[in-house]
Amino acid sequence: MYRILLPRPDDVAAWRDAARQAALANIAASDLLWDVEGAGQDLFGASSSPLPPASPGAFAISRHFLRLVDDVVPHRDPERFSLLYRMLLRLLEQPGALADEADPLRRRLDLLAKEVRRDIHKMRAFVRFRELGERFVAWFEPDHHIVRVNAGFFVRRFSTMRWSILTPDLSIHWDGSSLAEGPGAIRADAPDGDPVEALWKGYYASIFNPARLKVGAMLKEMPRKYWANMPETALIPELIAGARARETRMVEQVTPRGNADVAWQALREEASHCTRCDLHRCATQTVFGEGPVDADIMVVGEQPGDQEDVAGRPFVGPAGQLFNRALDEAGIDRSRLYVTNAVKHFKFEPRGKRRIHARPNAGEIKACRWWLDQERAIVSPRRIILLGTTAIHAVTGKASSLASVRESPIELGGGVVALATIHPSYLLRLPDKAQAEQDYARFVDDLRSATSP
Amino acid sequence: MAQLDVRQKLEILADAAKYDASCASSGTSKRDSRGATKGIGSTEGMGICHAYAPDGRCISLLKILLTNSCIFDCHYCINRKSSNVRRARFTAREVVDLTLAFYRRNYIEGLFLSSGIIRSSDYTMEQLVEVARSLREDHHFRGYIHLKTIPDADPGLIEAAGRHADRISINVELPTAAGLERLAPEKSASRIQGAMAGMKTAIEDGKDASRRYPSAPKFAPAGQSTQMIVGADAANDRDIVHTASGLYDRFALRRVYYSAFSPIPDASAVLPLKRPPLLREHRLYQSDWLMRFYGYRPGEVAQATDEQGMLPLDIDPKLAWALKAREQFPVDVNRAPRELLLRVPGLGVKAVDAVIASRRWRKLSLADIGRLSRSITKLRPFIVTTDWRPTALIDRIDLRARVTEQLELFGA
Repeated sequence: MYRILLPRPDDVAAWRDAARQAALANIAASDLLWDVEGAGQDLFGASSSPLPPASPGAFAISRHFLRLVDDVVPHRDPERFSLLYRMLLRLLEQPGALADEADPLRRRLDLLAKEVRRDIHKMRAFVRFRELGERFVAWFEPDHHIVRVNAGFFVRRFSTMRWSILTPDLSIHWDGSSLAEGPGAIRADAPDGDPVEALWKGYYASIFNPARLKVGAMLKEMPRKYWANMPETALIPELIAGARARETRMVEQVTPRGNADVAWQALREEASHCTRCDLHRCATQTVFGEGPVDADIMVVGEQPGDQEDVAGRPFVGPAGQLFNRALDEAGIDRSRLYVTNAVKHFKFEPRGKRRIHARPNAGEIKACRWWLDQERAIVSPRRIILLGTTAIHAVTGKASSLASVRESPIELGGGVVALATIHPSYLLRLPDKAQAEQDYARFVDDLRSATSP
Repeated sequence: MAQLDVRQKLEILADAAKYDASCASSGTSKRDSRGATKGIGSTEGMGICHAYAPDGRCISLLKILLTNSCIFDCHYCINRKSSNVRRARFTAREVVDLTLAFYRRNYIEGLFLSSGIIRSSDYTMEQLVEVARSLREDHHFRGYIHLKTIPDADPGLIEAAGRHADRISINVELPTAAGLERLAPEKSASRIQGAMAGMKTAIEDGKDASRRYPSAPKFAPAGQSTQMIVGADAANDRDIVHTASGLYDRFALRRVYYSAFSPIPDASAVLPLKRPPLLREHRLYQSDWLMRFYGYRPGEVAQATDEQGMLPLDIDPKLAWALKAREQFPVDVNRAPRELLLRVPGLGVKAVDAVIASRRWRKLSLADIGRLSRSITKLRPFIVTTDWRPTALIDRIDLRARVTEQLELFGA
């Protein structure tokens, strides 16, 4: 059993010298003990001996492996030296073995290297300097022995400043021209009180968008272990706690009515080029809603029919005429209503010369719901009258039968109420006259009660 | 200028900048301040995220507006003329001092400066250029600078911006011309694209000069990028993917950023106020990734969309494509060419490279693939290894349900 004592835990050169010597002496990995000065007890101290004197000789080793050594040596895992040595012995037998990425030993070394590289990167990211008189001082707690390896980055970036980075095991100091090492330190050696931190915290709180809370994504890249040494992280709990409330406030803000007319005109223009579903291919045009943009009551039908498709206006065909008659009987002025359809292109099946209406499917309703939502946002009606099941589906987002919702108003939130009744085209399809009379009377009643104050 | 004053301005002008998605500080030329007597800063290719906000976004640059006053009235924008938002304005000097103070403390990689338009496009652009000029020439700042340019500004000013900045961006704002017309009536799609084309030419000329005269000043070495707002107009994912790929092709953009439309306080009546479609934004970024690194054509990404041209939200677009192109699978990991391996759901670029490197050494089994990839369950139906062949699985009706992962609420 041989014992190798490395002067420092991150000493790549010392590991390489010892490994070369051991490999030339044909010492098996299992007969080698790797230790670091001052790193504690050597359990086998009594039974181990130092390496035999170096036998002359040399061997070539790939640059790829040397890069791996550079990356793995700073790791805290006590097994790292031994794992690297095992890899070295294998490479002496099979010089290309590192190309085999699926090999378990290679994978393990890769993972160690990855952890070191990540730690190096996080140190570059999360070190926070504080101005103390002439010098900038930072306190940082790395996971691995990376401070020496990382010094160059801070020298290159902050070469005209005087700075110190203090860590529990080691400190480094730059005076503008040379780098000095010192013993480990404690957090109190980098006291707070830098007034710029308040500005930075103000920035951090303001650049955060409360409508996009993604705490998991934040924690993945900025684990809690780093938080203690970063001034801005103290704000995180209150930012998260207040996010929902801030977002709700953003959403609930009453929309100014100032540009509703312009907005509606623009929306209608945009909808005339709609290609959100395939219905635009065969229809003549988009049939958009019409009526005052400050209407109290919005009426939602199913979709334009044959005549609406040609005229470009909602409810002008046979069902529209019946609808007008019912409004008159209920004493409602149609010009005060905003009238629109759940689906804005005519869907039909050609039968000879005629175009027979076809029901829109769930996908088409969903695609067109985007426009309906925009119309609702601009008109912001107090009440919405839903004519038939397609309208119910479009406004509530789920398919339900008319019978299940006809009797009671549907709360849509924000004080908006929807009331469901039949679509007038249903009355046109009823063969039984008496039944049609009865259903028509009930339709008029529904309209009357839906519009009563 | 009292400290409190600067802090209030900073809060207002950072708040106004939070709708900008980009915070990238990578891909520029290497510089550092070793041996310098003056100045500070370095760029080493890889940008660094110095902090993360609870919205999951990286904070790499000081991202602020010079002013949030604006003479335009774009409906989706919090800073539009008709908004009631509190207004503030930094002096160029204040932005310079703030950037340097933050940089010295290692809070940031540099500055991302944008602005509302005041007085005129040229006047605004002059102010932005002055900040960048002062950082570079008066303070020898070698960190990263990203300038948002004003499409209508004088080409000479945009050229000056490119000389000082690492990256330039011009926002296309909305994926469709109809949407832009409705939501940003004062902006014009053709002017924006004209400015991008001009920028592309200037960047290419700069590269050309650098090749011939190594000492020639660098021109926007990190290229140009743009941003599109998702969910404010009627464009579906298919439209967006096509628009984005057209922009990549025509203007050699480094990145197209997507920003899920966020409800904004004091919103214009033109816009719906709903939760921003974050998951949709994430799927679009994934599709962007597929086109940039996995060799998918825009038409192939479109194949992964549904009848309404939308990408599924419950699975990623790569899996969605694979489920629609089942005849391509299973792929034999021991034989298949690189471009086919890249199509296997759950195999990333690194894993594919590892597979190709390893198969010279061994016949790969399922356990080997498990060591090289993240999730073997997701992969299994799509691959053949020495000890595994999915006989009937690839044709099963319920395949989607079997490989669907949990809804990723916190994607990249």
